[in-house]
Amino acid sequence: MLKIILAVIGRDLKLAMRRQADIVSAIFFFVIVVSLFPLGVGPEPDLLRTLAPGVLWVAALLATMLSLPRLFADDHRDGTLEQLALAPHPLGIVVTGKVIAHWLVSGLPLALIAPILGIQFDLSSKALLILTGSILLGTPALSGIGAIGAALTLGLRGGGVLLSLLVLPLYIPVLIFGAGAVDATVSGLGGEGHLSLLAALTFASLGFAPWASAAALKIALE
Amino acid sequence: MTDRFNLYRFASPATFYPLAGRMIPWFIAASIAFGLAGLWLGMLVAPTDFQQGEGYRIIFIHVPASWMSMFIYLVMAFWAAIGLAFNTRLSGMMAQALAPTGALMAFLSLWTGALWGKPMWGTWWVWDARLTSELILLFLYIGYMALTAAIDDVRRADKAGGLLLLVGVVNIPIIYFSVQWWNTLHQGSSVNLTKSSMAVTMLWGMLLMALCFWMYSIAVALARARTIMLERERHTDWVKAELAGEQK
Repeated sequence: MLKIILAVIGRDLKLAMRRQADIVSAIFFFVIVVSLFPLGVGPEPDLLRTLAPGVLWVAALLATMLSLPRLFADDHRDGTLEQLALAPHPLGIVVTGKVIAHWLVSGLPLALIAPILGIQFDLSSKALLILTGSILLGTPALSGIGAIGAALTLGLRGGGVLLSLLVLPLYIPVLIFGAGAVDATVSGLGGEGHLSLLAALTFASLGFAPWASAAALKIALE
Repeated sequence: MTDRFNLYRFASPATFYPLAGRMIPWFIAASIAFGLAGLWLGMLVAPTDFQQGEGYRIIFIHVPASWMSMFIYLVMAFWAAIGLAFNTRLSGMMAQALAPTGALMAFLSLWTGALWGKPMWGTWWVWDARLTSELILLFLYIGYMALTAAIDDVRRADKAGGLLLLVGVVNIPIIYFSVQWWNTLHQGSSVNLTKSSMAVTMLWGMLLMALCFWMYSIAVALARARTIMLERERHTDWVKAELAGEQK
């Protein structure tokens, strides 16, 4: 089972590396959206410090959304997905591998770049640490839940907009706990409780979401 | 023969269509009757609230609409589960027929809530846990309708929509509790809806209005399901016979 997951991850990473522009543009989307907020609301450090967790997290949600349609679309177009569905091992396992690969190329870079953007918002070093941790912990859940939406909207017209309509409401708990962890740290309450819940969401969605997306893929492939 | 046999018989659109047609007038009549009784009790009999004055009477619309909006989502998820498990055609049609009514109820609940909030709290909208969850519920309804509308193949639309409903139903408690916790962390309980004692007539008025909304939702959903059936089964003999009969 682990071998299959690793094989899928390796394959998807190799494909992603052949198209680095996609990864880079999602990261720059994140950077640009976050940088727009100080321009929109004004440069007061106090205000920015209050806004930072929410702004960074909302931008992370949107950046993750951006790369979701491609999660299955390319494999669907060239018929790989059908072969994967025909393979003897459960499709859920394959999807787990794809979700992890998606996180490695979309969530992980966001977590690495978030502290730099946090500095722009005048966050303390402790808050920056929690911010990185919360994005590291929360983005796998985004990839997992997003995979369900990507599978449901596979091959539909207007898929991208539809995908955000389906997936963004389901992202709300991740947003609340992720931004809440940073918020609680900034206000001195300590964000450990939020981080625990975020980890719970991530593990639950990594456990269940691949199977729901596998079911959705089978519906789409019928 | 047995009850089981009968239930399966009405799982076919050809037999359900006339049954639904016969049931609709009864549900409409019941809805009007309950509605008139509820409005009479709520508007004329129930005493004026000593704190909120006459403005509180909007709860006779607001509370039933909120109940229905939540309940209809559960019913849709129930039909979705039946449809995915037993591969029945009618289940998906019922879920799709219920969705607009559910969205309407969620919208009504938000709208009447805003109308009530302005005189009572002095604001149209607060980021209260209940309001926020109701708003998210409206988003979920809209997402479901957008997904089913985007898929041309009706069987795929039913199944994909059904899966989305089940995912949504699993997520609703998580969303609800996260929103509640987020709210209590951000601000104290600015809104306290606990009423010490509710007059019996108010309660009865609300229950009657809830029944009215219930009957209305069933009637409208059945009517919508009938048109969906006609549209989807338009190539079958029974639809042709039905339409030929109506034209006479």
